[in-house]
Formats: sequence, structure tokens, C-alpha cells
Amino acid sequence: MYDFELVKPKSVDEAVSALAAEDAQPLGGGQTLIPTMKQRLAAPAVLVSTHDIDGMKGVSTDGGVMTVGGATTHGTVAKEAASAFPGLAGLAAKIGDPAVRNRGTIGGSLANNDPAACYPAALLAAGGTVVTNAREIAADDFFEGMFTTALEEGELITVVKFNIPEKSNYQKFEQPASRFPLVGVFVAKHSDEVRVGVTGASEDGVFRWTEAEQALSSNFSAEAISGLTVSADGMIGDLHGTPDYRAHLVKVMTGRAVSAAE
Amino acid sequence: MPKDHGIGASSKRREDVRFLTGKGRYTDDINIRGQAYVHFLRSDVAHGKINGLDTSAAESAPGVLRVFTGADFEGVGGLPCGWQVTDREGNPMQEPAHPVLAQGKVRHVGDPIAAVVAETYEQARDAAEQITVDIEELPAVMDMKAALKPDAPKVHEDLTSNLCYDWGFVEENREATNAAFEKAHHVTTLELVNQRLVANPMEPRVAIGDYAAHSDESTLYTTSQNPHVIRLLMGAFVLGIPEHKLRVVAPDVGGGFGSKIFHYAEEAFCTFAAKALKRPVKWVSSRSEAFLSDAQGRDHVTRIELALDAEGHFQALRTETYANMGAYLSTFSTSVPTWLHGTLMAGNYRTPLIYVNVKAVFTNTVPVDAYRGAGRPEATFQLERVIDKAAREMGIDPVELRRRNFVTEFPYATPVAVEYDTGDYNATLDRALEMADWDGFEARAAESAKKGLWRGRGINSYIEACGIAPSQLVGQLGARAGLYESATVRVNATGGLVVMTGSHSHGQGHETAFPQVIADMIGIDESQVEIVHGDTANTPMGMGTYGSRSIAVGGSAMVRAAEKVIAKAKKIAAHLMEAAPEDVELKDGQFSVAGTDKSIAWGDVTLAAYVPHNYPLDEIEPGLEETAFYDPSNFTYPAGAYVCEVEVDPETGKVRVDRFAAADDFGNVVNPMIVEGQVHGGLAQGIGQALLEGCTYDETGQLLSASYMDYAMPRADDLPSFQVDHSCQTPCTHNPLGVKGCGEAGAIGSPPALVNAVVDALQRGGKDVTHIDMPLSPARVWAAMQ
Repeated sequence: MYDFELVKPKSVDEAVSALAAEDAQPLGGGQTLIPTMKQRLAAPAVLVSTHDIDGMKGVSTDGGVMTVGGATTHGTVAKEAASAFPGLAGLAAKIGDPAVRNRGTIGGSLANNDPAACYPAALLAAGGTVVTNAREIAADDFFEGMFTTALEEGELITVVKFNIPEKSNYQKFEQPASRFPLVGVFVAKHSDEVRVGVTGASEDGVFRWTEAEQALSSNFSAEAISGLTVSADGMIGDLHGTPDYRAHLVKVMTGRAVSAAE
Repeated sequence: MPKDHGIGASSKRREDVRFLTGKGRYTDDINIRGQAYVHFLRSDVAHGKINGLDTSAAESAPGVLRVFTGADFEGVGGLPCGWQVTDREGNPMQEPAHPVLAQGKVRHVGDPIAAVVAETYEQARDAAEQITVDIEELPAVMDMKAALKPDAPKVHEDLTSNLCYDWGFVEENREATNAAFEKAHHVTTLELVNQRLVANPMEPRVAIGDYAAHSDESTLYTTSQNPHVIRLLMGAFVLGIPEHKLRVVAPDVGGGFGSKIFHYAEEAFCTFAAKALKRPVKWVSSRSEAFLSDAQGRDHVTRIELALDAEGHFQALRTETYANMGAYLSTFSTSVPTWLHGTLMAGNYRTPLIYVNVKAVFTNTVPVDAYRGAGRPEATFQLERVIDKAAREMGIDPVELRRRNFVTEFPYATPVAVEYDTGDYNATLDRALEMADWDGFEARAAESAKKGLWRGRGINSYIEACGIAPSQLVGQLGARAGLYESATVRVNATGGLVVMTGSHSHGQGHETAFPQVIADMIGIDESQVEIVHGDTANTPMGMGTYGSRSIAVGGSAMVRAAEKVIAKAKKIAAHLMEAAPEDVELKDGQFSVAGTDKSIAWGDVTLAAYVPHNYPLDEIEPGLEETAFYDPSNFTYPAGAYVCEVEVDPETGKVRVDRFAAADDFGNVVNPMIVEGQVHGGLAQGIGQALLEGCTYDETGQLLSASYMDYAMPRADDLPSFQVDHSCQTPCTHNPLGVKGCGEAGAIGSPPALVNAVVDALQRGGKDVTHIDMPLSPARVWAAMQ
């Protein structure tokens, strides 16, 4: 790890001005960034921690919308979203291990947009809004491919808003080593539509499986997708699974999520 | 009623108190005043010619003491290989030089090119980034079979090819074996891979070199399983330091699994640099470096053929194995695919003719050497897989086929040069089947089917050769070392004892188990016995711990030394009690004279030995301390049977191990709890190999599984609650304790049982799958089903 300066602002405004410094980068829980820095693969000059910004923490529900502060840890989401949005709470409860869940934040996960992160699938499937210090970005406009989002330099996720579905469930098929999703599928049944967010599988990062959404919107059951196939084109192939295998798992995990949705 | 002390008691591991409370003293806990730190600049290409190396910027970087390169080691020896294998033609193997730092070429990703020594570790690492290396990349030699083609690029230009040796065993049996195949009723053939593994001990390697100018003595603190071996290899072959000027200390070591047997470049470097700089020099491996520099395990590609008669009796066995050596010959690399592998191909069976061919190959990968089991897991895996396949092909129950061929009379001389002293393979198989409720399988399979899962079961019957080894035998086979063990038993004046052993504990529990033996022999409390190990300055020459040899060889040396101590103590007691030494008995810590009421306590005799006022000084010397060297007359042969039951999810290919029963015959058992723990650990590693672990390079020689993000280690929730039993005991006939060793069994016996079970599940699910190469990841199992 190279030397860097650590800034711990107490407010979003302070954080935004600190992020104006050259080579400054926000630090959520650091579960990806810190190991990357230890390997000397990243070398920010300034890290702006969101840890002490109380205004960016917590889970609240208003009507059909769940609002989660960008600096809220996975552990907190797992507890506080449990009654209103069990699908999201269940997802959060299975990210990493307790140490990761007590440090890692939802804002950090979404901003990093690792192709095998869990939260992006939930945000796409639930639909909702990423709120930053500067603007609001619709979920469908936020993810722009592996490790790429609509966020501008120095822009900070302050709040994430989810449309709470009637029913939802997240099924993660774990990569054996990292236990990140080899394929993760979040199915959300809303009053007017079904949305399916898929993570881990595609070289373009998280995506919506629209054919399944259509089939499930008219018949919300695992049988509804039995006739569909997922193309292996553009799927990730690596040590742990071929594109064909990932494509197959997308369908299997979608079916299981539909069956388990509550 | 279980014993509460001495041999057979589950005494709690005394060392665990310090391990579990953070009070262990590992090599990294040692810091010497004035120590500097080294960072190694390692090659990021697998194969290349070094055309230029500019270290000038690094040398003037802050805190840097000196930058070393291969040129600094030109007058220094290379890392030696400890076992010379002779090929089928009677010629010695090809043995390339293995420099401490690369000289002219790099041969694997991670090969050290330069070493920066600085005041702090961060300064050393920063400075290393300023070294400019001009490497002309060469085609990487990766696939073993391609490596042996005449036009293949060579890993070592000065060798005639990438072939280290082409070994045949037993060469004289080759024609007869081939002839038996011609006549066979049935031949089963299987091609398989025993994949490369990374040992991954919890504690990464650490080395600290220290030099005392006033006495011209060097000390190396290192994470080693055998400090005396390191002293011998490094002193005599690399740095030219006589053993009386070199001390090697291996304090608490956090696991080794074989990977800490070998002499590594970093050890020689730190010792060399400490003398050159007159400063202690410390190196601590990162986990990433461990993946690129710790010797790796297994990596065999095998074709095995089994010839049977119409009743399923084994007629002959023939194998051809390609064994990956990596880029250089690690210390015992050459012995693993040969003498530790070919000699086990008989397994538990009466196969009259066996021929094993092994081609050892150089590739641009990290060197490969012994890893828990070392050669024996590779032998067991192929044999137990081909037997299972033969059973299916011939329609014979796999349990019955094994029983039909078991060796049942002992001693049994195999056609592969070893003689089993004792065993009862039916007994362990019966016990394993009983523990696993073999007969209740169908009901469980029906329950699994209700959940949409396919249940399968597999067995394995294994044998291993442990307690290595008779020195004269291994000397004939090419070992460049003796394989005895030593112990000094020092009795103090007030009766307590210190045992200095050449064995080394890096998790095994010697500090608890060895005193149990002494306590039984003398009849005193275990707490009166202390074990000292791991320091060449205060233990006699020893060969260290590997091959499940500590209690069988090291324990036997201790027994021999203790017998000498007791014999002398009896003479002293006889003098004090005015009796003849042959009439003196020792029991429960009391010497007594047979047929009289005379007795004297152990402590009174030991006091007399050091305060010899009333003492037979004209017959014996004062003091009570004896040393023994024990050289075994044969290997020991632990054996057993394992049963594995799995559930396979046909939609995803995911395998869940539902139950695992292990019945082992370890001969006599000193501490059942420690033995159970050893079996649990071995099973976890074996199941890890079968299900999860795999070291994978791409075609350019880059390691793809270079961290825990991609190298899957077994975790607690990957494993079932094991059923473990060692009540079947046929004691070893040739060592004083009747013990056989238990350290590797679990890792040897579990992979074939698990793979057999998964193949069984798929067959029951209607898939015509006869083999899947490990690890049986969900993706591989699913692909096999398609």
C-alpha cells in the first residue's frame, strides 16, 4: 500500500469538497478498495471516508419506497429491511461474512459495480433511484457495464431508494472460492410488472432478463420460464464456469427465486 | 474405560493454550535489534531471458542498504535436490541448476530476480519498483506432453530436453505385465488427472538471517518442518557454512503439509545477506507470494489399466504417469512420483504383476514437491478409481470386488518392493460400512429424490507407507540423506525430564503425545516431561517431520533413549538398594527389588545421579542423560476404508457431502483425540482436493488461481460431521510402540471415496458418466452431465 491521506468528514458537503482534491476517492467500507490498495493496484492520494457521515446511514420506509443511506452497512440492511423488504434483507444477510457485512456499505457496492456484486441485481429488479450529492439517477440508467456507472468524478451516493415489491427473492449460486455470486438473480414482483436482475453472469455486468420478466408478468411461477433459454453469448467464462453454465444457471436461479419469493 | 494418562489417553494438547491465546512464538514474532527487511522482485512472466537489469535507482532509494541480483550469487551453490532418481536405462535424472536469484533466465512467474534490503519493508518494496528488468519473453512450456516433443522450447537450455527422467518400476516386470494384459479376461482403462494443489498453511513462510561477527556464526530462523535438514542442505550445498557455524531455528510453525520441508531460496538469501550486510535480514511472505513461491503439490496425469480374470481377480496393473516437476527440482520433488508413488500401487490387493512408468517433466511453473500424502494419494486415487470402474464394467459390487482381492495374510511382499507387516483390511472396511449405515442407503436415496437430488455412495480402501524410512533402503533408491530420527532424554536432578527430539511439531501435538509415552515408561505424571524441538543448537541431528513419521520414528528414538536412561537408573537404584541391577523393577515411579520390600523413588535415584555421594562411580558416570538414533527396519503401513455419501443437485451440478465415515488402522494409538484431529484435518484437505481446490495456469504461465478469490479452500460448511474410528488396530511389528502414523491418511483416502460417490450418483441419475477430474466443482459436474 502506498501512503495516502485519510479524510473523515462529518457531512456530505464536507465530503464533496474533500473529493475535489486531486486523486481523491470515496471510501465506503473499503472491502474492495483496501485490498486493491494493499496489492498496489490502486493508489489514491486521498481517501474520503463516509463512515462518520450520520446523514448517510440508516434504513427507512415511506409508502412503497425504502430509503437506505449510502453509508449503511450490509449488516444494518439485513436487520432493518427484514420486515418491509425481506428480499433485500436476505440478500444483504448473505454478502460475504460478518466482518464484511459490518464494514461494507451499499453505496460502496453500487458505486464499484463489480460484475459479481449482489446489490446491483436488487436495485435493477426493485427499480428505484440512486440519489447523489448532485442529482437523482434512475436504477435503469445507473449501471453502464462492468465496474462502470453513471457516477461522475467526485460524485457521492448519498441515498438509495428502492421500490418495495409485493414479493421478491434473491438466489445466489456461489462461486466456490470467493463465494461471490457465480450467478445471482433477484426477482421482484411489483403490482404492475415483474423485474428480474441478474448479476455475476454477464461480461456487461448486471442486467435485466426481459424475456423472463414478460413471461412472469403474466404468470408468476417457475413454470412460466421453463420454455425460455438464455443465450451464452456475452456471458462470463472463467475458472469457475463456462458461458454455457452461467446461462443455464440464470434460468435455474430465476426459477428458484420465483418459487421462494415472499 | 478410557485411560486418563499415558499411552492411550486423550490428554488435552498442552500447546493449544499458547496457540489459542495468541502466545505462540512464530518466526514472524522474532525481531532482532537492527534487523533490515528484504523484498524480492519476482518475475511476472513465466519464461524469459534477462537481457538487462538496472538496479541503480533502487540502490539510491531511501532506506536501501543493498540490492542483490543473481550476479551476487555466482560463487554460491544452487539449491540442491535431495533424491537422485535413475531412469529406465540406468542413467541419472537430468538435474538443472537452481540459483538463489535468477541468473540469465526466469523460469516461472514468481522466480526471484532481485532482492532489495532496506531499513523498512515498505522502503524495500518501494525501491523494488524502481528496478528495470529487460526480459525477452520466451514461449512458456506448460503442457507436459507437449513439453516432451522434440521441438518444444526448453525450460533449461543446458539439458537435453524437458524430461527429468523416464522411470520404470519394476522394470524387470514390464514384459510379464504386458503379457498378462494380453491374456486378461477384462481390462479396465482410466485416464485421469490428479490436479495441482497449493498447500496453504495458515502461517506463510518467514525467514530471518542473523550473523554474529564475534564468533563468525550464522543463524537462520525459519518456518521449517526439519531445521537440521535445512542446516545441512544450506550449509553444505549452498552457502558453504560448516554446521558448527550455522544454527537453524524453527520455532512454532503454523502448519506445513509438506510445503515447509524444502530448502527455499529465501532462506539461503537471508542467511547470505545477513553476513554480507552485518545486519539481521528478515523476509515475510505475503499470501500472494506464497502462491508463487511455495512448492506446490500433486500434478500428475495418469493412464491406468487393470487386468482382471472372469471372477474379478486382479491379474496385472499398468500405469503411465506424467509428473510435473515445475521449473526447478525442489528438495524431494523427484522421490514423490517414484518411490513414494510406485511402491504403493499394490494398494490393499494381491495384484501379482505391476508396472509403473513415470515421466517427470520440467515446465514453466512453480516447483512441485511433497504435499500431505506425497505420491501415496496419487497412487490411491488412480487405483481406487480404476477398481470402481472395473466393478461397474464387470457388474460386480465394488465392495465385493475389493474384498475378493484383499491381502489377508501377513507379512505380504508386494511386487513393488515393499513388505506389509500387518493389517486387516476387511476389518476396517466392515467398520466403515457399519458407521456409514451402508445398508440404509436406499432409504436415504429415496428421501434425496423427493428433494430433487441424486444420492450416491463411494468407498475407498487405502494403504500408505509411512514412518519413512529405512536409511539403507532409501539410500539404494537414490535418497541423498538418511532417514533415521534422534532423541536425547535428559533427566534433571529432581526427576523431571526434557526430551530433545529431531522431530518437529508444526501442529501435530508432539509436546503432548511424546510425554505420554515417557510418562508410561517411568510411571510419572506427563507434566514432568517437557519436549524441546526445532533448534539445531539444542537438539541432536534429526530428519524432521513429514511422511507421518514423528511418533513411528521420532517416538521410537525417544523410547530407545528412555530405555537407556532407565537401564542406567536401575543401576543407580540397585546400588542404593544394595541389590543386583537385573532384580530392579521400575513401576509407577518407584524402583523396587523383586521379592523384597525394598523400594526407592524415581526422584531419589535421579538426585543421586547428580549428587553422587553414594554412587558407583567406578562403574558408571554421574548424570542421567542419553541419546538414541533410531533407524526403522521397514516402513509402517497404516490402512483403512472410507465411505462417502453425497447428494448431487442435477440442475446445478453442486455436490454436497452428506456423510463421511473413516475407519483407520493406525496400529497402537498414543493419543486418540490427537489422532482424531489429524484424521479430521486430513479429510478436510482430501475433500478440499476432491471438491474445491485446483491450481490453474493459463497457457502463458500466468497463475489464474493466485488468491483465495479463485483458489477454493474447504470451509467448515463444505464438510459433514465426520464419523471417525481407529479401533481396528494391528500394531506395527517392527517399532517399539507398535504405531503406524496417522498424519496423512485422511488426505490420501478421501478423494477417491468422494469421486466414486459422485460418479455413483450420476449413474443412478441415469447419466453415463464414468469419471470426472477433480475438483468436482459444480461447473464440472454439470458439464459432465450434459
